[in-house]
Amino acid sequence: METPSLLISLIALTVLAFYIGRQRSIAQAAPLGGVRHLQSLPLYYGVRASLWCGLPAFLLLALWLIFDEPLISTVVLSSMPEHLQPHSLAERNLLINQIENLASGALSTEGVDSAVAQAAENLLRLKHIAGMLLSVATLVLALVGFIWAWWRMSPRLRARYQVELVFKGALLLCACLAILTTLGIALSVLFESLRFFQTVPFTDFITGLNWSPQTAIRADQVGGSGSFGAVPLFVGTLLISFIAMCVAVPAGLMSAIYLAEYASSTVRSVAKPVLEILAGVPTVVYGFFAALTVAPFVRDVGTGLSLSVSSESALAAGLVMGVMIIPFVSSLADDVISAVPQAMRDGSLALGATHSETIKKVIFPAALPGIVGGVLLAVSRAIGETMIVVMAAGLAARLTLNPLDAVTTVTVQIVTLLVGDQEFDSPKTLSAFALGLMLFVVTLLLNMVALKVVKRYREQYE
Amino acid sequence: MTTVSLSAPAEGLVKARATVADPLKEQLLAESTRGKPFVKDPKICSRNVNVYYGDKQAIFDVSIDIGKNEVVAMIGPSGCGKSTFLRAINRMNDTIDGCRLDGEFLLEDQNIYDRKMDVVELRARIGMVFQKPNPFPKSIYDNVAYGAKIHGLTSRRVEMDEIVETSLRKAGLWEEVKDRLLQPGTGLSGGQQQRLCIARAIAISPEVILMDEPCSALDPLATARIEELIAELAENYTIVIVTHSMQQAARVSHRTAYFHLGRLIEVNDTTQVFTSPEHHLTEAYITGRFG
Amino acid sequence: MNNRSRTTSGAAALIQKSLARRYRAERRFRWYGIAAVVFGLLCVATLFVDIIGKGHGAFRQTYLHLTIDYDRDVLGLSATAAASELALADYPALIKQALLQRFGEVSGRSARRELSGMVSSSAAYLLQDRLQANPSLLGTTETLWLLADDDVDTYIKSLRDRGGAFTGRVSEQQQLWLKALRDSKEVRLQFNWNFFTSGDSREPEQAGIGSATMGSVLTLLITLLLAFPIGVAAAVYLEEFAPKNAWTEFIEVNINNLAAVPSIIFGLLGLAILINFFHVPRSVPLIGGLVLAIMTLPTIIISSRAAIKSVPPSIREAAIGIGASPSQVVLHHVLPLAMPGMLTGAIIGMAQALGETAPLLMIGMVAFIVDIPGGFTDPATVLPVQIFLWADSPERAFVEKTSAAIMVLLAFLITMNTAAVMLRRKLERRW
Repeated sequence: METPSLLISLIALTVLAFYIGRQRSIAQAAPLGGVRHLQSLPLYYGVRASLWCGLPAFLLLALWLIFDEPLISTVVLSSMPEHLQPHSLAERNLLINQIENLASGALSTEGVDSAVAQAAENLLRLKHIAGMLLSVATLVLALVGFIWAWWRMSPRLRARYQVELVFKGALLLCACLAILTTLGIALSVLFESLRFFQTVPFTDFITGLNWSPQTAIRADQVGGSGSFGAVPLFVGTLLISFIAMCVAVPAGLMSAIYLAEYASSTVRSVAKPVLEILAGVPTVVYGFFAALTVAPFVRDVGTGLSLSVSSESALAAGLVMGVMIIPFVSSLADDVISAVPQAMRDGSLALGATHSETIKKVIFPAALPGIVGGVLLAVSRAIGETMIVVMAAGLAARLTLNPLDAVTTVTVQIVTLLVGDQEFDSPKTLSAFALGLMLFVVTLLLNMVALKVVKRYREQYE
Repeated sequence: MTTVSLSAPAEGLVKARATVADPLKEQLLAESTRGKPFVKDPKICSRNVNVYYGDKQAIFDVSIDIGKNEVVAMIGPSGCGKSTFLRAINRMNDTIDGCRLDGEFLLEDQNIYDRKMDVVELRARIGMVFQKPNPFPKSIYDNVAYGAKIHGLTSRRVEMDEIVETSLRKAGLWEEVKDRLLQPGTGLSGGQQQRLCIARAIAISPEVILMDEPCSALDPLATARIEELIAELAENYTIVIVTHSMQQAARVSHRTAYFHLGRLIEVNDTTQVFTSPEHHLTEAYITGRFG
Repeated sequence: MNNRSRTTSGAAALIQKSLARRYRAERRFRWYGIAAVVFGLLCVATLFVDIIGKGHGAFRQTYLHLTIDYDRDVLGLSATAAASELALADYPALIKQALLQRFGEVSGRSARRELSGMVSSSAAYLLQDRLQANPSLLGTTETLWLLADDDVDTYIKSLRDRGGAFTGRVSEQQQLWLKALRDSKEVRLQFNWNFFTSGDSREPEQAGIGSATMGSVLTLLITLLLAFPIGVAAAVYLEEFAPKNAWTEFIEVNINNLAAVPSIIFGLLGLAILINFFHVPRSVPLIGGLVLAIMTLPTIIISSRAAIKSVPPSIREAAIGIGASPSQVVLHHVLPLAMPGMLTGAIIGMAQALGETAPLLMIGMVAFIVDIPGGFTDPATVLPVQIFLWADSPERAFVEKTSAAIMVLLAFLITMNTAAVMLRRKLERRW
């Protein structure tokens, strides 16, 4: 049976189980004097029956679908003659690909080793058997589950309790997906990074001053290991982030303060949503704006001042990134500032402080931890921002602090290295994961510190 | 100016009458403030003051004088407008959107609500202590020095130390905190915090101190300490205190004003208010029939 | 008394002296605030003016008026040609012929190439479609508006520019021809339906956002179907069932951190785990939707939790008081009341996913997609990635297309966010 039709029959079975279960509970209740003598509502008996019927079968199906392919290919490969056995992972993948293409008819059998053709047939046969086996197994499991549920049913059965247990379990599972995601991220960047660090030592990566991964295509190439020094990328990332923060922090903070403390409600009701638009604009749009409008503008201004400005200057990318982060900073600052109790303001104003004195000397120091937390979050965003720098910053890694030069960043390199076809055994591809690891660790640390600071700040005024 | 007869402007009366139907309010409208609202040579003087929050009127036609070095207590049930009136004196209501005031409000002979009146200067002259102690999240020293610093009263450390010490002494807090002046003011107990706020207010030598239920968040012992302090401060300052506690009003004030639904019902010497009130509403309140 | 009044008046004098300076500082501070707000507003204005200024032209496209003679000889058809032969006929020759007729004999191979280069290569397909649909046209003549080449389009549109026309790759000879056509009103701008319906193309005049839009829709559908139920379930668990313990705390820390992880990291996750480990196919809406769902999940969980939190405890107590079980309380009372807030959060999460580009680059959504994807496992790209691809293209005409695609994307986003705001306003309950 094909997977979709198997799925449909399973669903039909579960629905059927629901009705039969419910009917049976009602029938069981009849001699006792009606449904109110049941421990739970008939609905719950029905749901319980369908859970018993469907849940194990669906689990089996899911597990099978995930694991059948590698399992079958392992069986097929192990049945092949000794001289064709693959020696490396890449060879293995190649061989499996070939066999699969043969089996699907995408590749003709002409001029192919007969053993391989044999394997392709073998694969087809196994797949067929596996499919049959799966259909039978899941349907039998569903029936067994249903019969069990049917057999155990009695008016005293705590059906609602059981159903709610499953319900809560499912909710817990969904909540735990967050942990799974974090784990997935950690594992994905960690494993590939470890493979990378086997060819390029970690210390070289973290302290090297020269980054040119494109040249190191083959491992035996001269200088193949020397070209993975990530310091220029770190410096470039920090330079652009710094420029962005120079724009975003003063502008975001001051506009938040102005809108919260000074602006009339009409000004606020217009200016705030308009500024929020900046937060909703996709980063690819900022990238386009940076590359086509701001960068030429910056270059022209620079030329006017007889400065030599690269057309992919860090300044242009940083400025636009700063504009992108303004609403982020200002909404965080707004939250933090409005969390400062009114009593604080009153106390200062009643002493005859002017509005700005109150803000500068009372509100700002009181809100400082929260603002610092917000700025840290903004920094982590700037570091992880991708599209603006991909489109407006350079590709060549240069170790410079001059904002008028072109620099490249960690995210730009990840994108350049991973877009298009990848070979998962070349250090060039793997280095992207090492950069990803750095990015993940740094932003994670920043976020954790920032969230902790903000949380503690909130608690202070609750 | 001593015996200005109080007759409410007729049109105001009619307008207000048209909007309310409550018989109790109707009765109120027909009468003006009883007792002795006016004194000779007042520090603060209000005439026919109305305060509005948007469309809602919170204070109706209040006229009262507050004399020099006098302690006036304002009492009345919740929502009667006593706090609003108090905040109107140093224009703290300016910070509330949609709040406006008409009528005449004088500090000595300057109109508080005059265009030329400087709010900053006004608030430096009329200090305020709030219901909940609100020390800044700074050290005790910085809390007291704050006002003096922003107003540029001194730039010399020695003088500042002196101002801080004097203010803390006057607020009766010096002995308790002199060894930990650099610790945060928020670390003090509630009563100490409130005295810190009083010290902070008097550090800039105001002429008037407004107190908005200064003891409502404090325990009885701390309350007693503050009341003592008010009595001491009364020698040098004019004090207006809003309180929920009639006993407190009786203990600390010279005159007592009774507010009801935004109107000033009666002002009299404190002893008289509590022994033989002129108005039946005042009597009803102090005998605990409502409030 | 004496002493005190002296200090008071001394203080008053000092205060008055300091006032002017302090009010200057106050004004200065205010001005900084105004400057910051104005700067932000200017940025919004500049961004929109720039994009709209660059992109508005793309909604109209240049067409040339030509008289096509469906001549058998030109088409290279024999006298007894069957219908099947029509597919193989030489349609570009028809256009060449029509142009030559219009402008008289043009000598020289390069001049001829310039002449036929003025019409888009897609025009030939139009003629083919017309003839195949109606073979009786053969041997007859008809006049048609044919799509012009992108260089011609750019040139024609730039004629109105104040700074002079942008000739680009349009030769002087071509300019003369175009002038002649313009004088006889045989050039016109038409609304560019093509832009909304067709897929990507190497030729700017033929390129459209149809396939990318469809890709976005399919991708977002997957994202919504996965992220919304799971997000709501997780939020319900955390708000209503989770015990206060280290594990719950750990889940919360994870969610909050994931919400701030750079989006590109999710691309790495998709590449390493979903594609390399679970063998999900690349470049299809399925993988894009999966990655975006994982990315938006924290946002949806956080906003759903806020919505659940805003349901007052009194409702829960009332339900528990009449003997409802915890899950009945959730299903019958909490969820319906929190639903508007959750939907708002979901829309905002979807808007975020719609604008996201970086993670999709990692999982092969940067593909040249001409056909409109019909399912979740057809190769597809999405709007922001299409914008990224076009922004990289060297042809000047693509600048216009990119800006127009951005306008469409922004229109979607603004609609979604407005819908979220309206929903919140409309359904918001004050307790």
